[in-house]
Amino acid sequence: MTQRLPFIIFALVMALIPMVPGIPPFWIVLLDNIGLAALVAMGLVLLTGVGGLTSFGQAAFCGFGAYTTAVLTTAYGVSPWLTLPASLLVSGIAAVLLGIVTVRLSGHYLPLGTIAWGIGLFYLFSKLEFLGRNDGISGIPPLAIGSYKMLSPGAIYYAIWIAVLIAAVLTMNLLDSRTGRAIRALRRGHIAAEAFGVQTPRAKLLVFIYAAVLAGLSGWLYAHFQRAANPTPFGPQAGIEYLFIAVVGGAGYVWGAVLGAGIVAILKEVLQSYLPYIFGGQSQLETIVFGILLVMLLQLAPSGVWPWLMARLPFKAARKTPDTSLTLPAREGAPTTSAVLLQLDKARKQFGGVTAVNDVSFDVKAREIVALIGPNGAGKSTTFNLITGVLTATSGAISVLGRKVENAPPQEVVKLGVARTFQHVKLVPDMTVLENVAIGAHLRGHSGAVASMFRLDRGDEARLLAEAARQIERVGLTDQIDQLAGSLSLGQQRIVEIARALCVDPMLLLLDEPAAGLRHMEKQRLAALLRQLRDGGMSVLLVEHDMGFVMDLADRIVVLDFGTKIAEGAPAAIKKNPEVIKAYLGAAA
Amino acid sequence: MNTTIMLFLLQDGITNGAIYALLGLALVLVFAVTRVILIPQGEFVTYGALSYAMLATGQVPGTAKLAVAMGLVAFGLDLFVARKSLHARLVARAVAVDIVFPLAVCLLTYALAGPKTPIAVNIALALLIVAAIGLFLYRIAFQPIAHTSVLVLLIASVGCHLALQGLGLVFFGAEGLRGPALSNVALTAGSLRFTGQSLAVYGLTIAFIVALWLFFGYSLTGKALRATAVNRLGARLVGIRTTLSGQIAFLLASLIGAISGILIVPITTLYYDTGFLIGLKGFIAAIIGGLVSYPLTAVAAILVGTVEAFSSFYASNFKEVIVFTLILPVLVLRSLAAPEVEEEKD
Repeated sequence: MTQRLPFIIFALVMALIPMVPGIPPFWIVLLDNIGLAALVAMGLVLLTGVGGLTSFGQAAFCGFGAYTTAVLTTAYGVSPWLTLPASLLVSGIAAVLLGIVTVRLSGHYLPLGTIAWGIGLFYLFSKLEFLGRNDGISGIPPLAIGSYKMLSPGAIYYAIWIAVLIAAVLTMNLLDSRTGRAIRALRRGHIAAEAFGVQTPRAKLLVFIYAAVLAGLSGWLYAHFQRAANPTPFGPQAGIEYLFIAVVGGAGYVWGAVLGAGIVAILKEVLQSYLPYIFGGQSQLETIVFGILLVMLLQLAPSGVWPWLMARLPFKAARKTPDTSLTLPAREGAPTTSAVLLQLDKARKQFGGVTAVNDVSFDVKAREIVALIGPNGAGKSTTFNLITGVLTATSGAISVLGRKVENAPPQEVVKLGVARTFQHVKLVPDMTVLENVAIGAHLRGHSGAVASMFRLDRGDEARLLAEAARQIERVGLTDQIDQLAGSLSLGQQRIVEIARALCVDPMLLLLDEPAAGLRHMEKQRLAALLRQLRDGGMSVLLVEHDMGFVMDLADRIVVLDFGTKIAEGAPAAIKKNPEVIKAYLGAAA
Repeated sequence: MNTTIMLFLLQDGITNGAIYALLGLALVLVFAVTRVILIPQGEFVTYGALSYAMLATGQVPGTAKLAVAMGLVAFGLDLFVARKSLHARLVARAVAVDIVFPLAVCLLTYALAGPKTPIAVNIALALLIVAAIGLFLYRIAFQPIAHTSVLVLLIASVGCHLALQGLGLVFFGAEGLRGPALSNVALTAGSLRFTGQSLAVYGLTIAFIVALWLFFGYSLTGKALRATAVNRLGARLVGIRTTLSGQIAFLLASLIGAISGILIVPITTLYYDTGFLIGLKGFIAAIIGGLVSYPLTAVAAILVGTVEAFSSFYASNFKEVIVFTLILPVLVLRSLAAPEVEEEKD
């Protein structure tokens, strides 16, 4: 926790509110409802704001939580506390089943799919006999500690807000960890994350389940707060409302969920109680005004109220610098001799009728810098994508240290010690340089989601961040370590990508146009760094258009033209090769 | 299974499906051009239908005044946005579109409304009113945030839905309304009876599908609208006025919504909040069509309508459950079939 003090103050204030003498009881009810909504919205923050998966169906998961406890306590007389794990389990299992179907959906299909099953489940709740159809289930027993029954809104208040605070802490811990970085990388597309070993489908399913369990918890509390469960609060309208709580508060910010829940609940309450005084008893007026205010709010602060507020605070939270004395174990079995690291044997890639890579063969040996050059559209980046498993080869063989990788997923290729950068920079712009680079070390950490929630991952995490800080220092970006990656110049972003790749502790580094956008001095520094890496035992395969840079640096050059290899050899020989000159300058030259 | 029942259900399903198809088309249109998932589409349906039904009884619907009010707000926004470069032509355009047009429609409605007004005039008035509302809705609610993410647009769209639905209650009351049929012609083919109303539904649906397909496939404006959808910045750089594209899309969508409302209000009683569910079913069709393909959306809508008709006969309790879970397998198939592309989301 980086911001302990504000959190403790907030917790204390929340704890003291019900003790203020003369506080109107409906305020407490309002706060109870805010807490319940905040729990669901917090799940959505993780799912939608951070992970980029929009769900309209969260209310249905509340329904699973509420109905589970309703049925167990009323029909089977199970004690309310015992139904808590059951409620969470049922919502979790429902999330696994729905998640397996839905998180595979790409783009806009996902939110639309969640609307569909959200509505479907709502109708199911209201039609099933054992759930009491439209009337629901009433007479649910209250929560009790010993003989103390939490009957009043003021009593269950503590249960609700303790749940909210715990959920907030767990969620923030999760986000600030190895798994959290993987989740935060999801929103920017999956290729970069997968190139560093993140199992993106599993990460998506994880946040989906997490959000559903939080919603289930809210549903469980709701059932014991209202002491009844009926389908209406679990329908599509509620699902939409949770989503806009998250968006209004600031999707992507844990406290935005609490703030958003507060804004929406208070706004509704105020409108409901005061509008009739102003305009007379017109019914539905509050919905109209509420809708209009919502649209206006989004026009003023499209990214939500929480970040808008934070940007106006005079002080900024300080960041801890990682202790770089911690180290991670180095890769085992790195080749020391001049073994062949990477071998392409007649690799071929066709897109429909276009042959992007036409039976290309070459190899990269240990401690060698090989450059892959050729005019635009020669198939250089496609070759990179074949090697790293982003694309599958149509035919031919690719092997790393003798192991076939031509149809292996990217996560397997990176495990063999092949790390890459991208031609079009793929960083997470709203994460710091340090966090971006630490994604590179994803496979070198071991802590899972649960360990990070309970902060059992700190040793592991400190070593990962130390490694990331060391690589940032190595590429000379220490001054920018805490800046957001999106605020750097394009050239610096490319260097960040190199640091991220170095975090893999690779044997082979694939660099796609690393010098583009760099100034002369920066290019010289980059060349020096790459030579130093080679002398330290690493091999580099790079695509680059700056011929001066390539000729000066590479030990060997492979030239592609229209997908076919036209030449291979030492820089001096390539410069004189008539085929190469023809490819670059045309036949007349 | 009894063949007659089956034929009846099929006919019922196709009539409903045709309406869903119209709505689905409108949703696809708006999404393709503006990236807005138009939840208020259902309100266009009820506004069109209930305005028409009220006009048929000789009353002036409150929607006419809403159009004028929204026009005033739009005028204010237009002037505010252009405050640094106000010139006569711009102001004149704003006055014409935002003030004169809705005011003329409103005055015309007051002048013409009466118990003896011909059906065609009532329809024209209802369509004009809803078209104006649709146009101004884009100008007021969506144009200022047109650059934001699909999620923010969606939430704004929900806000509009809430406001419009609430206004619907104010204008039309909680009681349902039914409108007069467009024609009383009826044809009999075997054991089936086709009313003029259902024939009009089929005819108009087919006409719209063909018209939209021609418009987007072959006209310059249609192509400009599609270009806006793919890349707003790129479209602006080649000289397309993206705000105009959005307004055209909303205008068309509100017209289509109002027409479908007018088509169904003689068949079933509509309430101020019926539109949401009808819109959602159009939505399912649009989703199955992948929010891009018009013919596919139409086919899917017929499918939704038919499934609905059959499940309301055999398992009426679970009708909605069946209709809404129908799309899950379709979505999974579509998503698996879609090529693996890297999406840079904002």
